Amino acid sequence: MNLAWKELRRRPGKFAVAVLTLTVLAALLLFIASLLDGLFLGTTGAIRVQNADIFVYSNASRDSFLRSTITSSTRTEIESVAGVAATGGLGVTLLGAAVPGESALADVAVIGYELAPHGIPVPPKPGQAYADERLKGFGVGLGDTLEVGPQRNAITVIGFVSGSNFLLQGGLWVEPGTWRLVQNSNRPDAPVAASDFQVMLVQAKPGHDAAALADGIDASTKATSSLTKAEAQNSLPGTKEQRSTFNSILATTYLVVVVIVALFFALLTLERVALYGMLKAIGASSRQLFFGVLLQAVVIATVAFAIAGALVAALSAAAPAQLPLQIQSSRVVTSYLILTFCSAAGSLLSLRRVSRIDPAQAVGSAQ
Amino acid sequence: MTNTPSANALELHEVTKVYGEGDNAITALASATLSIAGNEIVALVGPSGSGKTTLLSIAGGLLSATSGQVVVGGKDISKASASELTEVRRSSVGFVFQSVNLVPFLTARENLMLVDELRGSRGKQSKARADRLLGELGLAQRVNNLPSQLSGGERQRVAIGRALMNEPALVLFDEPTSALDTTLGEQVMGLIQSEVKGRGTAAIIITHDERMTHFCDRTVHIVDGRLQREAMATAD
Repeated sequence: MNLAWKELRRRPGKFAVAVLTLTVLAALLLFIASLLDGLFLGTTGAIRVQNADIFVYSNASRDSFLRSTITSSTRTEIESVAGVAATGGLGVTLLGAAVPGESALADVAVIGYELAPHGIPVPPKPGQAYADERLKGFGVGLGDTLEVGPQRNAITVIGFVSGSNFLLQGGLWVEPGTWRLVQNSNRPDAPVAASDFQVMLVQAKPGHDAAALADGIDASTKATSSLTKAEAQNSLPGTKEQRSTFNSILATTYLVVVVIVALFFALLTLERVALYGMLKAIGASSRQLFFGVLLQAVVIATVAFAIAGALVAALSAAAPAQLPLQIQSSRVVTSYLILTFCSAAGSLLSLRRVSRIDPAQAVGSAQ
Repeated sequence: MTNTPSANALELHEVTKVYGEGDNAITALASATLSIAGNEIVALVGPSGSGKTTLLSIAGGLLSATSGQVVVGGKDISKASASELTEVRRSSVGFVFQSVNLVPFLTARENLMLVDELRGSRGKQSKARADRLLGELGLAQRVNNLPSQLSGGERQRVAIGRALMNEPALVLFDEPTSALDTTLGEQVMGLIQSEVKGRGTAAIIITHDERMTHFCDRTVHIVDGRLQREAMATAD
């Protein structure tokens, strides 16, 4: 292995092509993964931050916020189910908002809430909102009064929160009355009665399983469809399809890494037949030689990933706010481990060739 | 692999090597019997295709014989497995190849220390031994040079040092002077003689060049896979 390490240090040019190719692939992997995470987090943020175990929709809504209505009577039924500790209403309206000093509209999700989510204070006063940081990219500043929707409902930003967007639209977190005003003004086709919400959030009592409680709520009301938080995230339109598509692209790209590394080391091993024959003649085992190859595969993957990571980080910093790139540290670690594993797996294909190199070849012709 | 009490560095008893089967069988070595004492230098001379390399390879544990007994440094390697043969090459045999075959990205010192690294041994002792060997070979000022920075003769001397690094019972030289002019060839042969004799190590030297055989204790001829008469070296 010392031999392999010395070769890497003293002949880096030999590995330049492989490092360059893997850098491009690693950058592609990180970019796609960051895009996937950005899309997912930007789509589901408003759900993920909720301090609730269960999301209750009306059963005719097919688990859609926009089609669901939970009335006050249904709420009472929900609260009566054993295991329910607390409930809180939630409603969302997707609109464009005029931002002072900006010509383009900002895409906003006006979210009426009762239970304070993680990282978001209790509901503000009527006409006020906590805005998601994403809206800063649209020119929204502290104290700005946005004119929301065709009816230009005025909402003043009194603070910023993060990770709270809905379907990639910047969250504007308001008290329920403000939300109903916005909804009823701008969506006369889907009015919401006073004290009605689209979704009812449920906090389970300690010791109660969320999935079982969800089933219990539906059995009791016979008018609802209750989901756990994970199910609610996946129920958002396009989320599952997005993840499936992106994960397929990622998997294919990892496969390409295996093939590239396998080809590279196959060629390198061909080039090294005489050297390996000599090394075996003076006492190197196939295992020692192969671990050298494995070390080189891991090192070039590591170098490539480091360069790719810097490139993607720079790209992310320079990208416009509308591009939903999100570099998660857990994703970076996972991507590195998978890339390294794939690189090691690619080098495995040289194992057979290394094992079959005949040390007698080092001594002229053996016949 | 068994230990056989013996003062000889190498013993071959009726060793035969056949390649292929049936009508396609080729006998590269036929019933070779040869003994080499602990500090003896033997020249192995023969035309191309006569079986010199096959004999050298079998003696060095690079090839297994089809039949017969092979004892190297007191160890019977006739039925040794591949991993056992690897261990024999690590501990009991040194090689100097026709094309030298130094690792191009290692310095002279590191090419010698590689032998210890392959045995799992590293550190200051290995470095000190490598430097001492290179000093004895007249390369004290070249220890940090890469092979590309050495002359042909210097590279050959590094290769000799590598072959002696594991203090082998037997060193095998495959045409060590073929790429050198006469003067340099004689210098290298003189060096081989003094180093091998000085260490009480045995050696087999494959050579086409009869002019070099006087550096050896005796000459063994091989033709068509069969060992011929032996000739004792005449004193200079």
